[in-house]
Amino acid sequence: MCGIVGIYLKNEKLENSLGSLLSKMLINMGSRGPDSAGFAIYKKEEKEKFKYSLCINKLNFKDFEERINKHIEAELKINSDHVILKTSIKPDAMLAILKKNFQDVALVGFGKSIEIFKQVGDPSEVVKKFKLDGYSGSHAIGHTRMATESAITTDGSHPYSTGEDECLVHNGSLSNHNNLRRKLKKNGVNFDSENDTEVAAGYISNKLSNKKNLKETLKDSLKDLDGFYTFITGTKDGFAVLRDEIACKPAVIAETDDYVAIASEFQAMAHLPEVNNAKIFEPEPGVVYSWGN
Amino acid sequence: MELDLKKLELRNVNDKLQNLDRKTNERDFTIVNPEGNHAICAGLDKEMSVTIKGHVGYYCAGMNKKATITIEGNVGTGVAENMMSGKVHVKGNASQSAGATAHGGLLIIDGDASSRCGISMKGADIIVKGSVGHMSGFMSQSGNLVVCGDAGEALGDSLYETNIYIKGNVKSLGADCVEKKMDKKHINKLKKFLKDAEIKNHKAESFKRYGSARKLYNFKIDNNY
Repeated sequence: MCGIVGIYLKNEKLENSLGSLLSKMLINMGSRGPDSAGFAIYKKEEKEKFKYSLCINKLNFKDFEERINKHIEAELKINSDHVILKTSIKPDAMLAILKKNFQDVALVGFGKSIEIFKQVGDPSEVVKKFKLDGYSGSHAIGHTRMATESAITTDGSHPYSTGEDECLVHNGSLSNHNNLRRKLKKNGVNFDSENDTEVAAGYISNKLSNKKNLKETLKDSLKDLDGFYTFITGTKDGFAVLRDEIACKPAVIAETDDYVAIASEFQAMAHLPEVNNAKIFEPEPGVVYSWGN
Repeated sequence: MELDLKKLELRNVNDKLQNLDRKTNERDFTIVNPEGNHAICAGLDKEMSVTIKGHVGYYCAGMNKKATITIEGNVGTGVAENMMSGKVHVKGNASQSAGATAHGGLLIIDGDASSRCGISMKGADIIVKGSVGHMSGFMSQSGNLVVCGDAGEALGDSLYETNIYIKGNVKSLGADCVEKKMDKKHINKLKKFLKDAEIKNHKAESFKRYGSARKLYNFKIDNNY
């Protein structure tokens, strides 16, 4: 099953309530995915620095801070077992540092505006733990997982980072992920889990790094990804939605003058302001929809 | 009687409607604040009238028998699935599998219905004032599907004896679905459906009829794949 949600604000006045709007959406979608939850929040873009969202798991924050300070100059902000690390070091170099010295830490996302938090547990517990209610930003996407293709772990949780300021959430399952993983590994894409969505994320980031744009990439995925899916891909400027051509996996979009929201089921959006007067529709199968991109 | 889903549990509301209080003789109900809940008005089996004010979730009015249920909003997957009789009227759009496996009764959708509308229907009448998505009427066995707008890909795939009437364009026909002649009896039947659904802007004569070529009924030994 799994539940996916997203909200893109057209009206800046709602920015301070982005977290609380998304949090209720995720809690509601706990019925579709009780195993883990996660979300990506897009904030105002950093001018010079990059933000790295890290899951430090059971590490002690002080110890982690000491270790980081030995290697780089960075500003750290802890939120439960996740740390947002802000530094001027560029992604390529930073990824190498993390890979070499911090194998016990998981990089869950990076970019100038994105922050990703995800963890196992009931979605209502996960949003409480990360204090999602207090977050502000321009847009956000989230996921509640009912694990099918791989184990209930942090690295099996969504969203998946697909590159700088990019991420993916997925409702469905892919049947050709093992074949595709093998091909992508040959192209130098790394995978941390046995999860099918991670392969879709790797596929998308690989295409994007080869200078394909997001719309083209999603169109290509209709051909290359075999299985059931509704995808939401987040980018610095907005998000895009794609359902496979059979369209077994649901999605509903509600659009008002103030926001565009998407969820697996309407009930996840029932609390949004003025939603009963929104334009409500289902994305058509095999059609890429995007906002802000 | 007004039933507020913000104050009452869904189970209480359905229980009240499934087990009418004979003493009060109440048969008119309004449900407010449905907030996309699933299975609202599922399993009603007495004559009554229920109006739902707002959008609902999955399987609304499922298994309906005798009741008249009006939804003033959109409906999720499987509205009126397995309906036996009665009437369900959706004033907004319907998600996929509207009227799935419905044996009888009338389902009217004022807006569009998405994919697999009328899948495996077994005798119900479904009237959609807008368009329907792909694979509508898939494996439908009996009854009528009337669409005033367009139909998506693979209309009527592997259907049995359902009559499908389409006013607009059909993107493609599914396996064993063919266009059929509109006889006088079909026109008269369609006229009645249009009247029942208060559709005045379409003439029965302007619809095209689709049905089964009946080539999948029996295994053909000379099939040569």
